[in-house]
Amino acid sequence: MNNVLVYCEITEKNNIADISLELCTKGRQLATQLGGRLQAVVLGSGVQGLEQQLYPYGVDEVLMADDKRLSPYRTLPHFELLVEVIKEQQPNIVLFGATTIGRDMSPRISSALRCGLTADCTQLEIGSHTDAKTKKVYDNILMQIRPAFGGNIVGTIVSPETRPQMATVREGVMRKEILDKGYKGTLTKIAVGDKIDRADKAVRIISREIKEQTINIKPASIIVAGGYGMGSRENFQLLHRLAETLGGEVGATRAAIDAGFCEPERQIGQTGVTVRPKLYIACGISGAIQHTAGMDESGKIISINTDPNAPINAIADITIIGDACTIVPKLIASYNKNLK
Amino acid sequence: MKIIVLAKQVPDTRNVGSNAMKEDGTINRAALPTVFNPEDLKALEMALQVKDKIEGTTVEVITMGPPRAEEIVRDARSRGADGGFVLSDARFAGSDTLATSYALSKAIESTEGYDMVFCGRQAIDGDTAQVGPQVAEKLGIPQITYAEALEHIDETKVVVRRRLEHGVETVEAQLPVLVTVTSAAADCRYPHAHRLLRYAKTPVDVKNADDVKPDFSRLGLAGSPTKVKKVDNVVLAHKESITIEPTDENLSEMMHSLIEEHII
Ligand SMILES: Cc1cc2nc3c(=O)[nH]c(=O)nc-3n(C[C@H](O)[C@H](O)[C@H](O)COP(=O)(O)OP(=O)(O)OC[C@H]3O[C@@H](n4cnc5c(N)ncnc54)[C@H](O)[C@@H]3O)c2cc1C
Ligand SMILES: Cc1cc2nc3c(=O)[nH]c(=O)nc-3n(C[C@H](O)[C@H](O)[C@H](O)COP(=O)(O)OP(=O)(O)OC[C@H]3O[C@@H](n4cnc5c(N)ncnc54)[C@H](O)[C@@H]3O)c2cc1C
Repeated sequence: MNNVLVYCEITEKNNIADISLELCTKGRQLATQLGGRLQAVVLGSGVQGLEQQLYPYGVDEVLMADDKRLSPYRTLPHFELLVEVIKEQQPNIVLFGATTIGRDMSPRISSALRCGLTADCTQLEIGSHTDAKTKKVYDNILMQIRPAFGGNIVGTIVSPETRPQMATVREGVMRKEILDKGYKGTLTKIAVGDKIDRADKAVRIISREIKEQTINIKPASIIVAGGYGMGSRENFQLLHRLAETLGGEVGATRAAIDAGFCEPERQIGQTGVTVRPKLYIACGISGAIQHTAGMDESGKIISINTDPNAPINAIADITIIGDACTIVPKLIASYNKNLK
Repeated sequence: MKIIVLAKQVPDTRNVGSNAMKEDGTINRAALPTVFNPEDLKALEMALQVKDKIEGTTVEVITMGPPRAEEIVRDARSRGADGGFVLSDARFAGSDTLATSYALSKAIESTEGYDMVFCGRQAIDGDTAQVGPQVAEKLGIPQITYAEALEHIDETKVVVRRRLEHGVETVEAQLPVLVTVTSAAADCRYPHAHRLLRYAKTPVDVKNADDVKPDFSRLGLAGSPTKVKKVDNVVLAHKESITIEPTDENLSEMMHSLIEEHII
């Protein structure tokens, strides 16, 4: 009963979606902490072989159903099978992406199983909880941390009494990290048979127009942005590393994009996108009004600039005076150290 | 056709001022005006479009909340809804989405039946987007989430265009069905002046828990598996800007406080 189960999403090109690999990375940590196994459920069509994409993330068992009626995703066929899997496997924790699929299906599952579901988590930790009234202590339960109230508050939610403890997690907030390329897991086939015959009839897809994912920095809650001051495309890689570490996205000024440091989809400002992340780290950005118009409503702004008088510093909460190329690696190291 | 719209009265979290949070970090509800949850207004519009197309359709609004949530029913009626009621009872206090959806599903079952249920995708206070699919499961009917437009409706089936992360999908479902409406859908029509006047003083029905014959153990705090353990305020008060030298110690201290503040 200490297992962690991840519901995997399949991309248009029939790969395991990044969000699901992020969940497996997190799920592995949680399962290890609880002394349990990590299981991943793959429901789709033509999905044989996808288990190989999952094992390296520390997945012990892949539960797979392969049936034409399971792709493209529709709520009820997936719902029917997953409810059955959860009842059989009795995991302690079930994780879903806070995606259009995860947020469509997981509430229906929590309703059918009458267990707690926490939406749109940005952090998951194992911890202990004492009930305020009964004083009963619950050890090793899931602390589910999520924004609510339009992002103005962050709540810690627990589901002490019911199992599984279920959560959806936002895309991009957890790290995706291979545990061991040679990790050995097992494959268990789920027999579909006539189990979804009824579910199959409820809703019919008439047409779909889905694009394979491209760069979209708008929803990111953390943005590491670089300007012309970063000096080169190579130095911009440092920003990608910091963004990855923090679970954020890379943004840029027009000057940086004109210089070829990164893709145009990342431009922030008057002629780019407008962003409102919780945290905006501006590296080598002077702070022209055309740029700040697209980011000045960020929650917290940190500016790293060699020039103490750069205009961006005036709207920054914290200004660090110095060379971004040496400071950014230090931030990565310091973040990793602080987590331990 | 009989249509039910679930609508929630919410504090307006979109324009949170500096007085929106109390000293102790809890929400100062008194400082926030209440509004009709924005996506629920769009759900109401979609329901009214069905009424426009199919003669004899009635649209009823159900809202669960304190007695003053009757404003939601009045507002909806002035825009064209035929009726509705407030579900209000202290025994609902502390409900999570599971208990909320249970109470709402019992309220729906207490009506004279339905062909379609419309909800917003998400409420702007709880922000979970869970109640709609949970109500559908409890009623034992299919769900269509993220609806942006009705492409076709007749007495037996509906065709809906859904707005997804990376595109659109059009689906067909037999009735009855529950639809959750996303912000990409059409804005709601304005209230009619004469209806505004007519309904301003009409009393709004209020039902309590007994009226919907629930299993009382599934209501309120007792019926809620999730508990809010702790709430932290992240409204960033405009602090003085500080300048730091990039020493290892300073950087580490900064990262540490960002982690503590749940920013990273
Ligand atoms: C009509 C119009 C629309 C525009 N739209 C946009 C838009 O949408 N978005 C946008 O971004 N711009 C836009 N611009 C361009 C804008 O005016 C600025 O030219 C641009 O934002 C400057 O980019 P920057 O800050 O990267 O470069 P610069 O202004 O060149 O600033 C570089 C900064 O890096 C600092 N620096 C140098 N070396 C280092 C180092 N090693 N470490 C740390 N700091 C260092 C410097 O002190 C300087 O402050 C637009 C302009 C026009 C006219
Ligand atoms: C900080 C915090 C975090 C929370 N996190 C969670 C959590 O992770 N999981 C959880 O289960 N609960 C959680 N709750 C409790 C949850 O906010 C309440 O149960 C709330 O009543 C319903 O959830 P929602 O506002 O997210 O609605 P949503 O699920 O976002 O609402 C979707 C739609 O359902 C309909 N609807 C919802 N409520 C009503 C209503 N009262 N009357 C009529 N129609 C309605 C509307 O059409 C609405 O658009 C949390 C509460 C707080 C304070």
